Amino acid sequence: MLAKIKEFLGMEAKPKELASKEEVEKVAEEKARPRIGYVHLSGCTGDMMSLSENYDILAELLTNMVEIVYGHTLADVWEMPEMDLVLVEGSVCLQDEHSVKELMEAREKAGLLVALGSCAATGCFTRYSRGGQQAQPNHESFVPIADLVKVDAAIPGCPPSPEIIAKVVVAVINGDMDYLQPMIDLVGYTEACGCDLQYKVVNQALCIGCGTCAMACQTRAITMTDGRPELNSARCVKCGICYIQCPRSWWPAEQINKDLGL
Amino acid sequence: MVLGTYKQITLGRSTDKEIQKISQDGGIVTALLTFALDEKLIDGAVVAGPSDEMWKPEATVALSSDEVMAAAGTKYTISPNNWVLKQAVRQYGLEKVGIVTIPCQTMGIRKMQSYPFGVRFLADKIALDIGICCTENFPFESLKTFISAKAGVDFDLVEKMDIGKGKFWVKTQDDLISFPIKETHGYEQNGCKVCLDLVSEMSDISTGSIGAPDKWSAIQVRTDIGETVFKQAVDAGAIELKPIDEGKFGLEMLTKLAKSKKEKAMKEIDRRKAMGLPVPYKGSSEKEDPLANV
Repeated sequence: MLAKIKEFLGMEAKPKELASKEEVEKVAEEKARPRIGYVHLSGCTGDMMSLSENYDILAELLTNMVEIVYGHTLADVWEMPEMDLVLVEGSVCLQDEHSVKELMEAREKAGLLVALGSCAATGCFTRYSRGGQQAQPNHESFVPIADLVKVDAAIPGCPPSPEIIAKVVVAVINGDMDYLQPMIDLVGYTEACGCDLQYKVVNQALCIGCGTCAMACQTRAITMTDGRPELNSARCVKCGICYIQCPRSWWPAEQINKDLGL
Repeated sequence: MVLGTYKQITLGRSTDKEIQKISQDGGIVTALLTFALDEKLIDGAVVAGPSDEMWKPEATVALSSDEVMAAAGTKYTISPNNWVLKQAVRQYGLEKVGIVTIPCQTMGIRKMQSYPFGVRFLADKIALDIGICCTENFPFESLKTFISAKAGVDFDLVEKMDIGKGKFWVKTQDDLISFPIKETHGYEQNGCKVCLDLVSEMSDISTGSIGAPDKWSAIQVRTDIGETVFKQAVDAGAIELKPIDEGKFGLEMLTKLAKSKKEKAMKEIDRRKAMGLPVPYKGSSEKEDPLANV
């Protein structure tokens, strides 16, 4: 997997430097532009909007660094070409043959397939779907894309923050595999829920009541009561962010020390 | 490395008489925050402020020196300060937030800054993280129990609580009662048992009473941000310094306690791993330095 990503980038791991416009421009000049596709399944376009909030690097990224070769809103193409990397937004509806076909085809034609956003990664809000609604009453079953195809990396979030997307882009440019490891590990986290805090942290005697989960929750479904997270399940969209941000779920100490210069 | 990476270690105390009166030890946290607010290095700070209930802190956004002063002094129970960070940035619209944290809270913040998966435009607003030394934390009901049962004091009469010299101290208007810290064991929150960090190794500036004489604090200046703020505060005379004692009651004590917290936690981490329970840290056999916070 690591080798595959490096090969895709056509680079060896370089010393990890801070993100900078100069760095981005330098890479742009040196490298062949990777061919990127964007597959939009059952998601709200929030992930793409978040991506596009990276104004400072976006123009450079799109014009000189990558080539967008496929995507409903990004490229005027009907036939899916071969791609180095495809970003998938949205979960996949099992009853929608077009979505299933597009996802399968993307897997075949892409070197790397990345779940961008929690709908693709965990199913997120679409987990609540039960069908029986217009315009397609039989569209009932929405699942994370990893249920159907092999996923190489996941960037959960509802939406993922503009910063994490930028950090991933920079890590990819720098061949910083250490930074990307959590995204590879998160591929397996497809059944997310605010109740993970109870099952995987509190029940496991790991909670310290720091409040990071409640701060991270993007729908404010979590409050802190008597030093423990309390979930309002009616607000939970099952994006997984609370558990992912919890300092007791996984702990990237080396990365943090590096970022802090310690 | 038992005390983490730091640029400077020193003793210090606030030069402000008002702060000295209300502070737990040297008043370093209060002095730094009021200085940073006055100098506009931060435009607000998340602190464990007072709530309606005596001794039960409420994570609060303080916008003035007075509000910071109102939050002075240690509360030996949980205050989910990280939660309120979002409020500080979204509701209050702060651009430069200071925050007071215990080691685990610093970990949550630093992880969010390095991997802000779902946290939008908040990581860059944290201008100063002041970490407090922490041996363990207690649920509020635990605290109540041992104040009333072990110290035999009405909770409402307590004026100050403190941990030092191996004892838990409870001060009322008339009395100073203490009991061995050992007797609080079994009341601490369980998540603390795997914690490898006594001295807030990842904060910008960390401080605590261990290794310092009465009314002084031991301070570690860690990051570039921490160094800038600390130097300004010292130069402006908000904090006075003196070298930390290298000996038994100084650096030696701090190192000893930091090491023993790590060793105890490593034992628990290894025990949990052997039972197949999850824990985010590596087992002692999996890392080069068994005491590293990884």
